[in-house]
Amino acid sequence: MSAATTTPEADAPAADLPDPARPSAARRPWGTAVKYTVLSLGAVAFLFPFYYMVVGSLRKTTTGDLSSAVPGGLTGSSYTAVNGAISLGRSLVNSGIMTVGVLVCTLVFGVLAGYALAQLHFRGRGTVFASMLLVQMVPFQLLTLPLYVLVVRDYGLGDNYIGMILPFAINSTAVFLFRQFFLQMPQSLFEAARLDGAGELRILWKVALPMARPAVLTAMLLTFIGPWNEFLWPFLVTKNADMQPLAVSLASFLSNLQGTVSNPTGALLAGACVLAAPAVALFLLFQRHFTSTDIDSGVKG
Amino acid sequence: MTNLRPIAATAGDATATTGAATAPTGDKPREGAATRHGRTRSRTGALFVTPYVLFLLLVFAVPMVYTLWISVHRFYFTAPGTHIDSPWVGLSNYRDVFTDPVVGRAFLNIAVFLVINVPLTVILSLVLAAALNAKIRFRAFFRAAYYLPYITASVALVAVWQFLFGSDGFVNNLLGSHAPDPSWLVNSHLAMPMIAFFVTWKQLGFFVMLYLASLQNVGKELYEAAAVDGAGRIRQFFSVTVPGVRPATTLVVIYAIITGANLFSEPYLLTGGGGPDHASTSPVLLMYQKGIEQGHPDFAAALGVVLVVFVLVISLAARKLTERGN
Repeated sequence: MSAATTTPEADAPAADLPDPARPSAARRPWGTAVKYTVLSLGAVAFLFPFYYMVVGSLRKTTTGDLSSAVPGGLTGSSYTAVNGAISLGRSLVNSGIMTVGVLVCTLVFGVLAGYALAQLHFRGRGTVFASMLLVQMVPFQLLTLPLYVLVVRDYGLGDNYIGMILPFAINSTAVFLFRQFFLQMPQSLFEAARLDGAGELRILWKVALPMARPAVLTAMLLTFIGPWNEFLWPFLVTKNADMQPLAVSLASFLSNLQGTVSNPTGALLAGACVLAAPAVALFLLFQRHFTSTDIDSGVKG
Repeated sequence: MTNLRPIAATAGDATATTGAATAPTGDKPREGAATRHGRTRSRTGALFVTPYVLFLLLVFAVPMVYTLWISVHRFYFTAPGTHIDSPWVGLSNYRDVFTDPVVGRAFLNIAVFLVINVPLTVILSLVLAAALNAKIRFRAFFRAAYYLPYITASVALVAVWQFLFGSDGFVNNLLGSHAPDPSWLVNSHLAMPMIAFFVTWKQLGFFVMLYLASLQNVGKELYEAAAVDGAGRIRQFFSVTVPGVRPATTLVVIYAIITGANLFSEPYLLTGGGGPDHASTSPVLLMYQKGIEQGHPDFAAALGVVLVVFVLVISLAARKLTERGN
């Protein structure tokens, strides 16, 4: 089958890796070749749109013809144009406030709840735990309509940061992650601290949290992308352009402001780059700390 | 809710373990100390968890009950502080939902979405995860590449896809005369499949990671036993890997269904508010259009309730299907 076409790739890793622990790979170089081919095709399919986004945002005129995939005549004019149309700085500040608000609430209240669920006994603990799992299964968008009625109409929190933050304030997946982590810590450590007369808040702050740094980091990354990328809720809550986070202002640029600039596609892609950059940068920066096992424990325990 | 059972079971085990670990050790004075400590810890525990409980009540329980209430009343939006009567109308909102042809179309669209998205997600993420699970070079690079779309905002990615698949876009230029007419995103037959492909692509990284974690739990000795029995690579994949990751498959399917039920930004932005003739309208998009744009929140609430029931039934069926043979 495809083995013939991929032999060069097959030879390279097989020759470079005379790994005695993996005799099967050496015996079956085509197996490795198939693996690399599949993975590489996948990587191209996943990365090409990102490449196209960056290249397209840097061109003077951005068209869909094939030559536009090659960088040429690089200019930052699209960034200036999109900045003029939707004031990037202001939108970024709004996105930042919403995201930081969610992060702070999740870290403070989520750690407290996670610690209580893992280490403290109290009435209703089972119920709280069950609700936490249930909440992760409810499609959130279904609650947007009644939440909209409550938050915007009844509480008058439209165009208000509190209104934007409220539905995401405490991320249940993060609470679950914290609980799992505190559960794994040796019980004797907590008992010793208690015998020394330390209060629970002190134990949490001095004993549990320093050890939970990896969980906190993972939870922060998981929590960050939610509010930063969220579209529907801030779209409903913010009507005033000065209050809109970047995802919302970029969407309004996409659907009705494109005519106002000379290179609309380029400007749109420039905005997309600005919106994507922080999440991508954070992920690449902390990638090593962010393993598949964390995700696994985050979703099923 | 039944789909929570495996999770709840694990959780139950974990709780039982902690319970045993903190149980009084039996010797008298210690036991007294433990209970006294226990009482303060109980109060502290309740205190620690209070903000989270308030949050769950405020953001989940109240809106959920409120949806049910709105769905059986004639409900109007009012300005903050003012109140208009909302007369009880029984099931008439539900009757409107079931007789509206656009609602039928929206659910059909979700069915199309699931038929494309679920098998594609399961197959692609399992194959990619299996390939990644081997000791392979550039593993971190590949993992990061697959994960990038998942962590990137839909709005940003939709912008690129519009550019790639627009009538004058890159893909059509590549295809030349083979390009579909009308083009991908404005074609009533292709709009919904395009959304399904977009979402599959965007979410795949998350599912690859899920499968990757699950693959760690498949015993090496199973592969060795299969190899001894003369099973080739492909045979091993189907008789060891696939059954070994079945719990993850159930989870992937249920997550995919929930994603389908949540579809909003993709049909709204990618196919310009639901495509030609509602070809890509999703139930949530319809809830937005009916409830907020057209001012019929009662209709939207009833539609929401129907959607929740739909999600539960489909999730249950999917769970039965993926776990058959276990």
